[in-house]
Amino acid sequence: MNVSIDDQDYFDSIVTAATSALVGDEVLLANVSGERTDFIRLNHNEVRQAGTIDQRTLTVDLIEGQRHTGGSIRLTGERGMDDARLAALLAQLREQRRLVADDPFLLYNTEPFSTERVERGSLPEPDTALADIRAAGTGRDLVGIYASGDTFQGFANSLGQRNWFQSSTFNLDWCFYLRADKAAKNLYAGFVWDDEVFAQKVDWSARQVKALERDPISLSPGEYRTYLAPRAMEEVVQLLSYYGAFGMRAHETRQTPLLKMLVDGERLSPQLTISEDTAHGVAANFQSAGFLRPDEVPLIVEGAYAQTLVSPRSAQEYGVATNGATAGEYPQSMAIAPGTVPTGAVNEALGTGLFVGNLWYTNFSDQAACRTTGMTRFATFWMEDGEIVAPVNVLRFDDTAYHLLGDRLEGLTDQAEVLLDTATYGERSTDSARLPGAVVGAMRFVL
Amino acid sequence: MTDLLIESQTFEDRLRTVLPTDVDYASARLVDERTEHLSVRRNQMEPVFSEFDTGVMITIWDGGGLGYSATTDLSEAGLTTAVERARYWAGITSGAMVTTAAPTNHPVGTYVSPVEVTWDTLPLNDRIELLQQQSRLLGIDDRIVNWGASLVRRDVDQLIVTSSKDGDSGRIEQRFRFVYPSLRATANEGINTQTRTFGGHAYCGQGGAEVLGRFGFGDAASRVANEALELLTAPNCPTGVMDALLAPDQMILQIHESIGHPLELDRILGDERNYAGTSFVTPEMFGSYQYGSDLLDVTFDPTVPGQLASYAFDDDGTPAERQHLIQDGILVRGLGGAASQARSGLPGVANSRADNWNRPPIDRMANLNVEPGDSTVDELIASIERGVYLHTNNSWSIDDSRNKFQFGCEYGQRIEDGEIVGAVRNPGYRGISSTFWRSLSGVADRDSFTVMGTPNCGKGELNQMIGTGHASPACLFSNIEVFGGEE
Repeated sequence: MNVSIDDQDYFDSIVTAATSALVGDEVLLANVSGERTDFIRLNHNEVRQAGTIDQRTLTVDLIEGQRHTGGSIRLTGERGMDDARLAALLAQLREQRRLVADDPFLLYNTEPFSTERVERGSLPEPDTALADIRAAGTGRDLVGIYASGDTFQGFANSLGQRNWFQSSTFNLDWCFYLRADKAAKNLYAGFVWDDEVFAQKVDWSARQVKALERDPISLSPGEYRTYLAPRAMEEVVQLLSYYGAFGMRAHETRQTPLLKMLVDGERLSPQLTISEDTAHGVAANFQSAGFLRPDEVPLIVEGAYAQTLVSPRSAQEYGVATNGATAGEYPQSMAIAPGTVPTGAVNEALGTGLFVGNLWYTNFSDQAACRTTGMTRFATFWMEDGEIVAPVNVLRFDDTAYHLLGDRLEGLTDQAEVLLDTATYGERSTDSARLPGAVVGAMRFVL
Repeated sequence: MTDLLIESQTFEDRLRTVLPTDVDYASARLVDERTEHLSVRRNQMEPVFSEFDTGVMITIWDGGGLGYSATTDLSEAGLTTAVERARYWAGITSGAMVTTAAPTNHPVGTYVSPVEVTWDTLPLNDRIELLQQQSRLLGIDDRIVNWGASLVRRDVDQLIVTSSKDGDSGRIEQRFRFVYPSLRATANEGINTQTRTFGGHAYCGQGGAEVLGRFGFGDAASRVANEALELLTAPNCPTGVMDALLAPDQMILQIHESIGHPLELDRILGDERNYAGTSFVTPEMFGSYQYGSDLLDVTFDPTVPGQLASYAFDDDGTPAERQHLIQDGILVRGLGGAASQARSGLPGVANSRADNWNRPPIDRMANLNVEPGDSTVDELIASIERGVYLHTNNSWSIDDSRNKFQFGCEYGQRIEDGEIVGAVRNPGYRGISSTFWRSLSGVADRDSFTVMGTPNCGKGELNQMIGTGHASPACLFSNIEVFGGEE
């Protein structure tokens, strides 16, 4: 890709040209997403793989009345080639459209509202980043991934709407390993690389590794008082999210893991308030059919269901208004309201029990009952009277959210941590979460 | 959208023109992919979606450094820019790499998925009607609240060309044709929701329209719907230590998670410790470790016709061949490509694979199969005094060393005194990989041996999602911790 191309202008221009070639009453919806990412993958503080990914994907939906078909191509940046590819795709979609019936659930925004949000960053050159990271890992077993560069998403339609979201970010997701599976996990992400902030992160990790040097203990299955740090909370609530806990379609089809709240009057803790907090997230505030997202959608308020995330298709199917959700209807900027446990005194709040820094590989034991399972990972400690006694070998939990976020939730920390999603499946994620830690009176461990 | 880049000599010449001949090793890997997504939900056709994905990954080894650069710009200027970027990375990583040994092979070869029945015989309107028919067979009762049928076709053409300063060059052309059919029915009554699927996306493979018949796609919908309804009134799976008979569509998950991932050499070398995890398997175990009972034979077999991850070469250009990983219960070989073998000194296989043009290859499972035994399924059932027959995975969780696991299934059948006595809902079991396979007490014969795959194996940083093939007969495990759902 020609890096001198302005991606926003290019997208606008290519959609404008395609619009002029539409036939009859056709409507074109177009989305673009792309990135120019430098990545460095490290193991034992040496480089395993490093390089650059340069990609742009154009996705279109070609509509006539209530009939429509969709498709996507990669953009090359060579205008002639991209125009030809798009024209060929649109011709194919027209041909396919002859074979499909009206889609009663088709809904797209017909009231154009254009927006633009560009977050410029200050990112180090790759050689500088590599040197800084390896310097921090000198004498240590550093393993992880550094990814940095521009990501962007755009929406345009033939009705004249244009939305653009672009940011320059970096994300260093790494561990210092002590031995075997004992490690301190950390994340440094943002728009501007700051040596001082990075040094503080490295120092925190070094202290965690030091704590792991004590001989680990193995705990028997049973119930333990537990503190779930924000990253561990993320694993619990992400599982619920991905399986439709906050989505309209999963509610209507009774597939939500929070089914008992729908039909049996079950409630979560009154301390728990969850929202889709788009205003404070780092994701685009528009979606693929051109609808804008409200700043906030309350999902759970003081333990009771509030609203669900409603995609345009669900809005049509179930006769409600859309709130700009994606087709998956899961939060992209989830926030849990902080509680009253002083963040600086969680050890004291826990007292004697398990301090769980991270959970891993959560899934359901019984989805309809919201019974979940998963493993502890990285730094998990046994605490007594607020002091670290020993690292704990990995444990499997199996418990319901109605306990963990319900009757056994003693308190949430008074500060929520911003957690940027490190996922890079296909492209770099712009999801995030803002979560506090949680003190749970008893959590069930089974293996 | 019919021009195939892999058939363009002009484009191949362009790749060869831009590839440098003054470095230790260079390659260009073109991936040109076309995917059609068809789906009917609750008898309503969802939008037809066609995906065209094309890009090139440039790889350069030079002076002990390694650089990648992936681009969608396929012009000569765009590819030249990508080459320069990869060269830049090779320069700045020189002296900092975990391994400095550049590849030396420049293989030449081809692979084409076996296709017996082309899709021309089942045009788009017929494919849509097929899905509508299946959908109508799924939505048979008011208690079935959600249902759907889908069909994904995916054609992937891959061309790898290589060069080096020694003047050598190579060329690998592989053309894959994938098919992913699926069915799903969800039944609900009060606080009980149960879902049955057609194999949980396990019934996927290479080929043409004949893949649908191979898996019995046209005959499965009524069974799927009726079993979802049956589960609404079925009791919870009993809890306790008992025998567990795993059907092939659960075995593939068991193989995948507790044999496949632990044997990946890049995990053992530590590459994945920040994300997908490490392994309880250590280098000294190879050649002597009793992984399972002597009934356990596991092969890496990329030569099975029509299996999801069959190929002739991996993405580093290593020729692929069938190898035993576990023989008579003993661990003999790991899952690691040429780079991991060189780093670890351990025997491996040709499994260095990338999920697309925009990711570098890493160690992945390909076709990982449990070889059939000589008992019939009926004989295995007859041998069980108290146990559960578990079908179709729906939940998977395992620790980061791939040891402590807990898996759940859609559908269970309670076995008492050698006979199936009824369905049970929410069946699950847990165990520890390092000892679980030693409790393997029966392996069914070729009659139940089913060739399947899973399209969604996640791993790697940058993250990669790739398809893996698994084949297995039903297998019996003794004295397993089994459990059901909430009462």
